[in-house]
Amino acid sequence: MQKITTQKWPLPKDLFSIKKLPWEFFLILITVFVFILSAYASPYFLDPWNLSDATFNFVEKAIVALPLAMLIICRDIDLSVASIIALSSVAMGFAAQYGFNIPVIVIIGISVGMLCGLVNGAVVTHFEIPAIVVTIGTMSLFRGISYILLGDQVLKDYPEGFDYFGQGYIYWVFSFEFMLFLVATLFFYFLLHKTNFGRRCYAIGNNPTAAFYSGINVKRHRLLLFVIVGALAGVAAVLLTSRLGSTRPTIALGWELSIITMVVLGGVNIMGGAGTITGVFIAVFLMGIVTFGLGLLNVPGIVMSIIIGAMLISVIATPVLIKKFSQRKG
Amino acid sequence: MSQTPFYSLRGISKAFPGVKALDEVQLDLYPGEVMALIGENGAGKSTLVKTMTGIYQPDSGELKLAGESIHLATPDAARKLGITAIHQETVLFDELSVTENIFTGHHLTRGPLKMLDWRAMRSQCVKILADIEAQIDPDILLKHLSIGQRHMVAIARALSFDAKVVILDEPTAALSIYETQELYKIVEKLKSAGCAIMFISHKFDEVFAIADRYTVFRDGCFVDQGKIIDITQAQLVTMMVGRTVDQVYPKENIPLGSNVLKVANFSHPTEFNDLSFELRAGEILGFYGLVGAGRTELMQAIYGVSKITQGSIEVEGVSVIIHSPADAIKAGIVYVPEERQSQGVVLDLPIDQNITLPQLSKINKNGLLNQHSEYALADEYASRLRVKAPNWHEPVGNLSGGNQQKVVIAKWLATQPKVIILDEPTKGIDISSKAAVHSFMSELVKQGLAVIMVSSELPEVMGMSDRIIVMSEGLQVCEFNRADFNAEKIVSAASGGLNEKTIH
Amino acid sequence: MKKLFTSREALLCILILVMTLSVGAIADDFLSIGNLLSIYNDTSILIILALGQMLVIITRCIDLSVAANLALTGMVIAMINSSYPDFPVPLLVLFGALLGLCMGMINGLLVWKLGIPAIVVTLGTMSIYRGVIFLLSDGSWVNAHEMSKVFMQIPRSTFIGVALLSWASIITVAVFYYFTRYARTGREIYAAGNSPTAAFYTGIDVGRSQFIAFSLSGLLAGLCGYLWVSRYAVAYVDVAAGFELQVISACVIGGISIMGGIGTVAGCVLGALFLGVINNALPVIGVSPFWQMAISGGVIVLAVIASSRAEQKSGRIILKNAVLAPSK
Repeated sequence: MQKITTQKWPLPKDLFSIKKLPWEFFLILITVFVFILSAYASPYFLDPWNLSDATFNFVEKAIVALPLAMLIICRDIDLSVASIIALSSVAMGFAAQYGFNIPVIVIIGISVGMLCGLVNGAVVTHFEIPAIVVTIGTMSLFRGISYILLGDQVLKDYPEGFDYFGQGYIYWVFSFEFMLFLVATLFFYFLLHKTNFGRRCYAIGNNPTAAFYSGINVKRHRLLLFVIVGALAGVAAVLLTSRLGSTRPTIALGWELSIITMVVLGGVNIMGGAGTITGVFIAVFLMGIVTFGLGLLNVPGIVMSIIIGAMLISVIATPVLIKKFSQRKG
Repeated sequence: MSQTPFYSLRGISKAFPGVKALDEVQLDLYPGEVMALIGENGAGKSTLVKTMTGIYQPDSGELKLAGESIHLATPDAARKLGITAIHQETVLFDELSVTENIFTGHHLTRGPLKMLDWRAMRSQCVKILADIEAQIDPDILLKHLSIGQRHMVAIARALSFDAKVVILDEPTAALSIYETQELYKIVEKLKSAGCAIMFISHKFDEVFAIADRYTVFRDGCFVDQGKIIDITQAQLVTMMVGRTVDQVYPKENIPLGSNVLKVANFSHPTEFNDLSFELRAGEILGFYGLVGAGRTELMQAIYGVSKITQGSIEVEGVSVIIHSPADAIKAGIVYVPEERQSQGVVLDLPIDQNITLPQLSKINKNGLLNQHSEYALADEYASRLRVKAPNWHEPVGNLSGGNQQKVVIAKWLATQPKVIILDEPTKGIDISSKAAVHSFMSELVKQGLAVIMVSSELPEVMGMSDRIIVMSEGLQVCEFNRADFNAEKIVSAASGGLNEKTIH
Repeated sequence: MKKLFTSREALLCILILVMTLSVGAIADDFLSIGNLLSIYNDTSILIILALGQMLVIITRCIDLSVAANLALTGMVIAMINSSYPDFPVPLLVLFGALLGLCMGMINGLLVWKLGIPAIVVTLGTMSIYRGVIFLLSDGSWVNAHEMSKVFMQIPRSTFIGVALLSWASIITVAVFYYFTRYARTGREIYAAGNSPTAAFYTGIDVGRSQFIAFSLSGLLAGLCGYLWVSRYAVAYVDVAAGFELQVISACVIGGISIMGGIGTVAGCVLGALFLGVINNALPVIGVSPFWQMAISGGVIVLAVIASSRAEQKSGRIILKNAVLAPSK
């Protein structure tokens, strides 16, 4: 290892050493590989409209994955995101039935999401209970409330124009959903990597006690993150509801696990303290491309789950194995 | 007395990233004898204990038991050979009963199914506890016991094996005088049963009371060994620190300024009661007591970590309300915690980010990170404390303990506090960092800061403080001015000996 | 010795009794022995899985793959049964249990040998096991008419008036009671979860304890694979989808601490029974089954809040008069 002597503003050492190549690099390699493979295997893959269509399958999840990554970096987790989407969609459905106009519906959707996040955050931070237990509970609670409110009904009285969020295009093949995702990515990249707020996330995730002793209001910070996750779940609910044009209590069922998979695949440490928005961003595309590519090859969706499950384990196992192997050698 | 060692170590080395903890050390334990291992904090004693009991694997060297070379792959292997240790920090199970704590790892079983025999374990437990005259309910969960009682459970656990080698790592640190006397009796019993005993203590009166031999370590190296009757305390001290004690502490006489901090009637339901003291600018106030006397708990309460039932704080004559560390920092009180790695630093973050952590919003006014001004601030204070690192982007986890401590202090100085609380500031750091911390303390008070120092090392407390408050079992026992410092009085006050005289 | 019931368990007992009795006051049938037995029978699979999950949680891990494991073993033995109806069912059950054990061992090995967080491992294996079901079955169902009579009959046949399915859970409870109280390995699992450092010092291999917990959880999931498929007389890809969360809920309600080291067999069984009684009581008192999920979610949140209140740190005990209080 080379050592750079102290300058006024020196570069971190090891920046270019092979050993410390960032996780994102490997993700990009895999993504490009899968992309080329898919393009080679199916003539329909490279069609811009096909690619654009494919993005609808993952951007709603990805929009929640971004704030969830920050939450996980802070050593918390939210398993209730999919249920928040459902509850917020139900709220919007009723608002629409009541005859509210589009902005009000959207505001209601996002507010319900924030409220759910607030409930999660308040219980977690006030009673000092591990987030995983609380959100396992609220996951049933929020979806349960959706079931109570809706039973086996379907809400579909959405006003005209509401479908734009989930189905509209801003320019050519670029859908509203996709562009919103790009904007959200930029926002969260900035928030996590360029602000005090983001720095505190890493400090809390690495050592909550030391962060607290350093005068950081750890509880408020975590609470705020839960609310942000809730808000973005609300946004995802707007997109999904608009795309489907209807609300059932089973909406977004099981999404929490694929959202968490995106985050972990993106190199965010599930134990907190490490991870980047860039990594999550690439992981989102990796998952999207794999799903789409296999879909074109007529591989059914459920088989995808084998590949995604295996990727999830192997991405974490590989560095460990490499380390073990290299230790044995040297 | 036998002349052949029962358990001996030759050429043992052990290194950790950044530190060479043990360097070619040797040691001999004789059956039926007590060997006192003497050395300062950071001399490698705890590492040695862990190496001798299979918790750490030595990088090189040889362990010999009864003349045969042994390899201790796990703590279990050591225990099976009859080697057992009572560790400094009691490592036991909070949620298990006292009986089970004693027998975990070697449960008693009966029948072909190896069914656990709770009745037998309980009756043995009662017997062992009675042997050491510890009045502890064998069925109570460990989490309900006090620190002293936990130590007795740890001792009971060690006695429940058929031990041939017993290592006591500062067993009396948290014990009262009465409990210590009980411990001496236990040690005598073990001796007459032919056990080889290693005894680690900072208290020389104890060493001279029960040890037959001594071994001195300094900075991870073997210095000397011999019989205790051939040596004096002064000689041991010189070997231990490598120079005479008087020179160690850079204490300067500084005229005291006005009152900076006033703490009145501080009380907590279980940790301490009715503590009051004042602190003046330029003063170093030492808090001395046994481990677990409530000093750290008091400091954490002042710092807003734990809640008090009553009490008030004034900073420079103005009453302040502190509910969290953030409030304390705002009031100008900062705290360098004893548990450096878990409370002081964020190991994975670089030095500069650690230093700026408490005042991110002050440096980065609009909430956006400005890495240049952060780096500049970190540079100023890290250089002032002479933190040894390639650059300030180095993660704190890569630094040695002493340098990590310097980062914590730099972090707090950067906030320009009025009062700095140092909790065991030199625990577990090497001699040169220690000296650096001490001379830095002198520099701080010269600049008008007020310093509170919690320390369990008597020489350090006596060497650096202007005034010493002694605590015992959560109470303020007595106070000494520098002119009246007297080692014996301070120690006996800390172990509860002065209780009746001073409280009433 | 340790009390059989902690306060949490006593509270749960009372709650379950009050619920049962008050529902019984509305609908007489509810309190009939037949109905109570059928409630227990309905809850049996949940009880068995919750016991396995309990061990995993005690070692500070979590097993999200139990339901997928159950579904996969269920599908495999249903397919074997439909293709070879003469293959002896007891051997088939044993095979299912072993298959489940293998899947549990895979989880355990990944956690033990590679040190991957359990939640990631089981999130991954959960997807994989579900995907494999699809590969094996090609998405098709195995229906009642394709299964042999014996295959479907075994859990339904009774012994002293109690269905064999219930017996399976009763035996599991008994074995687990013994295992967690009188087996060294069982106690070591508690020790490893309570304090990994102290466990290491006392010579307990924490990773190995986790491995054992995962293996047992897998074994029970495999066993339940058979019980589930034969009881509901159908096997398909989405069998028991989301059931892992109910299992974890039962544990949480039963007072098993997600931070490890704390939890009893009694609490775990009561937690499962609590959910079972709610599920069975709602239709009786005319509440739409749509309430079920919200109630169990609400109960989980309340249960964890209650136990956090009870465990709130009171600080170290240093003052003399404070020492006297807890040690009697």
